[in-house]
Amino acid sequence: MLHIDNPILEFKDVSVSYTPGKNAVNQVSASIERNKITAIMGPSGCGKSTLLRAVNRMHELYPDIRITGEILIDNQNILTMNPMEVRRIAGMVFQRPNPFPTMSIYENVIAGYSLNGIRLSKKEKDELVETNLKNVGLWDEVKDALLKKGTFLSGGQQQRLCIARALALKPEVLLMDEPTSALDPIATNRIEELLLELKKDYTIVIVTHNMGQAARISDYSMFMYLGQLVEYDETQVMFTNPADSRTEEYLSGQFG
Amino acid sequence: MIPDKSRSSSVSFRIFKDRFFYVCVCLMASLTAIPLIWIIWEVLKKGYRQINLSFFTEVAPTTLEAIKAKNAGDLIPGGIANGITGTLIMVVIASLIAIPIGILGGVYLSEHRNNRFSSLIRSLTDLLQGTPSIVVGIIVYFWVVKPLSSYSAVAGSVALAIMMLPLIIRSTEETLKMLPGTLKEAGLALGASYTSVVLRVLIPSAFGGLFTGILLAVSRVTGETAPLMLTALGASAVNWDITRPTSSVSLLIWQFYNDPNLVDMIWSSSLFLLVLILILNIIAKSVANKWRIQ
Repeated sequence: MLHIDNPILEFKDVSVSYTPGKNAVNQVSASIERNKITAIMGPSGCGKSTLLRAVNRMHELYPDIRITGEILIDNQNILTMNPMEVRRIAGMVFQRPNPFPTMSIYENVIAGYSLNGIRLSKKEKDELVETNLKNVGLWDEVKDALLKKGTFLSGGQQQRLCIARALALKPEVLLMDEPTSALDPIATNRIEELLLELKKDYTIVIVTHNMGQAARISDYSMFMYLGQLVEYDETQVMFTNPADSRTEEYLSGQFG
Repeated sequence: MIPDKSRSSSVSFRIFKDRFFYVCVCLMASLTAIPLIWIIWEVLKKGYRQINLSFFTEVAPTTLEAIKAKNAGDLIPGGIANGITGTLIMVVIASLIAIPIGILGGVYLSEHRNNRFSSLIRSLTDLLQGTPSIVVGIIVYFWVVKPLSSYSAVAGSVALAIMMLPLIIRSTEETLKMLPGTLKEAGLALGASYTSVVLRVLIPSAFGGLFTGILLAVSRVTGETAPLMLTALGASAVNWDITRPTSSVSLLIWQFYNDPNLVDMIWSSSLFLLVLILILNIIAKSVANKWRIQ
């Protein structure tokens, strides 16, 4: 499979099980390249979200989940780190936009700091809010309404706000769990354009079950099926000349 | 051949049955309203004359004062100031005790839905909610009144707090359960600690529901009498010392009932309590509507 020099994120024999003896993700090994977009795709239940959520230790919310293997970010095994630290270097954007309903747009952007008890001066806050809202292309739309609640925005705007909130903490990797599946095509399109912009500064791993999306925006693609990483290659190569027959069947719409 | 019975039942009879059932439902609904309306009417009719400024500023009259006034053809003098202040003190202290315990307990229950400890707590909470209030009074008598060797507002507050606890715990639990799970994940995904996610994301987001639950618990215990008889006892003067016997509006009603000369005061005091509880309920409802979880 694909070899990448100097990867930012590495999976080494990663298995995740929800119930003992049944792996939802089975022995996945892969390296993710810096400042690229890597898409993880596959049919529902293939383990793609499970793999992604292992990276920022989201599984720890649920007591029965076991993770084995190693996940390295910058050569540090995040499975042995404190989950709170891990989550600061691996930001996450979820399927449904989830801005904090009691916070204003302004407060939402800097929520990562305020919830972690990091004190910022007014100037630092203003700067963070402006830079990150500009990064996600929301600044012009909301600059006069920064003190309004984030939940007043449209779905697509809310999702961009959530991306800004994750970016404000300057993560090493941005994990996205089907970030556009709850959005309309226009909002989806804006987010996709945004991701292409953002990869200059960030490494993005995006789970999607929209093949078109993977083809449009990703540099590398993984295809997962029944918990296994079936194929991992440059997106161009995988979509034009898949090596595995299962990948080909999936990409040609024979299942999924 | 089997005769086709699919059309045999008389349609008009079925329509009649339907209407009859509907009338029964309406009738029963209005039957429940009758005692309520009747109580309000009775209390208003008999109580409004006693309500004036001195009703709120003066303490409860003695039998002698009441007899004198009656002979002179006047209204019974005095008011229920000692009861109002007592109720206020005890409800405030009870809330200070019950709100933090209740909310954090509710957080635990909503976070741990299926483990054995939480189902034990949940059943105990239900049991506590069903415990007769007089029993709570007796327990607190042995816990607080005996050791302090005095009836007191503190003891009354503890009894009220115990009555409030299950209501607050369960309403907190139910409200937090309605929050989308993604909210908690969003907080944790930013590297926030569990504590700050609970205190700064979950509880603020559930504020409306929590506040409503607290108000309903307050309105529920504001009129409690039985547990206070064994704990706060009552007092004839306004008392701000929480270690001494204290009155409450509900205790005053009980005293007025026991003195034939003071019977007129029952109605005005009841009117006061009813209006107070009605206001609390209206506030609770409007808060619940305004802060509904999106």
